[in-house]
Amino acid sequence: MHDSRNTLTSDSAIAPLPPAPSQAQAARARWRKRARKLAPYAFISPFFILFAVFGLFPLLFSIWLSLHQWDAPAGLAAMHWVGLENYWYALTDPWFSKSLLTTLWFAVASGVPQHLVALPLAFLIHTTLKRSRNFVVGAYFVPYITSSVAVALIFTTLFSKDFGVINAILPGPPIDWLGDAFWARITVAIVVFWRYLGWNVVLYLSALQVIPGDLYEAATLDGASRWQQFRHVALPLLRPMMFFAITLTLIGNLQLFEEPFILIPPDSGLAIDVMTTAMFMYRMAFSDGDFGTASAVSWLLFFLIAALTYGNARLFGKEGTGDVAR
Amino acid sequence: MSHAERLTPSRVMTLALVGAGVVLLAAPFWFTFVFATQARADIFRSPPPLWFGTHFLSNVQLLLERLPFWRNLGMSLYVATMTTALNLLLCALAGYAFAVHEFAGKKILFALVVGSMMLPSFLNMIPTFLVMDLFGWIDTPRALYVPGAAGALGIFLMRQYIGSAIPRDLIDAARMDGCGELRTFWSVVMPLCGPALGTLGLITFINAWNNFVGPLVVMHNADDYTVPLALRSMQSPNNTEWGALMAGSAIAMLPLLVAFVFSARRLVAGLTAGAVRG
Repeated sequence: MHDSRNTLTSDSAIAPLPPAPSQAQAARARWRKRARKLAPYAFISPFFILFAVFGLFPLLFSIWLSLHQWDAPAGLAAMHWVGLENYWYALTDPWFSKSLLTTLWFAVASGVPQHLVALPLAFLIHTTLKRSRNFVVGAYFVPYITSSVAVALIFTTLFSKDFGVINAILPGPPIDWLGDAFWARITVAIVVFWRYLGWNVVLYLSALQVIPGDLYEAATLDGASRWQQFRHVALPLLRPMMFFAITLTLIGNLQLFEEPFILIPPDSGLAIDVMTTAMFMYRMAFSDGDFGTASAVSWLLFFLIAALTYGNARLFGKEGTGDVAR
Repeated sequence: MSHAERLTPSRVMTLALVGAGVVLLAAPFWFTFVFATQARADIFRSPPPLWFGTHFLSNVQLLLERLPFWRNLGMSLYVATMTTALNLLLCALAGYAFAVHEFAGKKILFALVVGSMMLPSFLNMIPTFLVMDLFGWIDTPRALYVPGAAGALGIFLMRQYIGSAIPRDLIDAARMDGCGELRTFWSVVMPLCGPALGTLGLITFINAWNNFVGPLVVMHNADDYTVPLALRSMQSPNNTEWGALMAGSAIAMLPLLVAFVFSARRLVAGLTAGAVRG
């Protein structure tokens, strides 16, 4: 690889070599050389072409669109510039602010319990289970790889008011889980919690594996209980992973769409009460045909997510953002 | 068994707690499969059925009356298979380039790949629909498998694997022997990527199979629905055939559950590695 270049490019260098390579051989080698230079670009080009066409271009188009009013069926010529009016229109729409509150409510009501349960659970699994561990971790992970539609459908039957399994188990008068605004939100939060708990357990387990076992042993020798080991040994060391996992939950929950969208059909009376901002955006575009305002909504939501992610990072402080999260 | 495995009271407590969690997480799956074999009237009987009934075939029949279910299943299978095949090839190629080749701009280009994973997907929902409409791809399966044919996560995973598991000497030797770039990739690198391709294939297939928002936006004709969309379309406020719907859900879930049982460890490791490093 090193000095073959000289032999190929300059004639003088060929002279001392006994059998001079033929013209054809040299051409082939030269071609090889160039191929090796260009090959990596060719190999990575599919990603960049697809990203340009289906990622970057739509993104830029969406910024452009958010600054226009557009009657879509009339074609691209029917766009006309309105500046920031779409943003203003969205911000003053009471449904938009309601959807923001709903989104935040879901983010807290399903996100906080996820981590409060996943942290100690991961610790218990890590310190107690040996042989059954893979099975348990797998079981906790299955909801994450199950279709959101299948999940929503089975929960709809389980939470059915009159004959559902949940109401059959619970004492007292039946709860109208999916027919009452308050309970519908609780149901959505439960489904989201159920679906992503295992994901967080797996994340925390992967962080616990890196903590050296002798730290616990030392704590045990000092007479620390299991709880104290969790509280004072594991938890401080889990901080970077907590930051990372909470960031993922935050980003995921703020764009919540599928679970409420499938659990509460869009034409039901409760649709407004569980409508997240992502659902509001969808409705604006595909029911009302207002693609301009819908694009503005998507960017407003993006800025909110960016701001809250930043706030979360500040809250955790610099020492929280260790290696794992970078 | 080591002494750590002895049954102390606290260990029993922990096992009970963790076990209860497993039961709670598994119960909805159990009920899906039980309800798939029950008539609609029996699903909502009190107390609810806890064991399998005999109505699975009649539920499937009902499903076939209401939906072009085989067609939907075929569509899901086709889209998921195409997505997976394309990703395996294109991500391995790109991962190979990033792991083995030296080229100008490599660092920045790789940072772009990783950075693209940070973009929230909802931002692209509306413009993607408009772009597909522009291309005339609405109601065609390629609208579902082309955009994600070379996923960033896959490129990342393949780069990590090729960089760490494939000896550089082997690649240099192949080049010495006169293998061209593609030949080295196909005959030397690819055969050694088995485990990584397996993990990536499974992740990609599962995501494509479960994808809901993608088809929701670009598939408008009920005959072209994938399974998740088709199942959702069967839900109606008053007259939902729950037995049939559960049978459909069970059929949609089963292949993934079986695949998961055989590969849980690798799959979990692959998914979290991508998230943790990304």
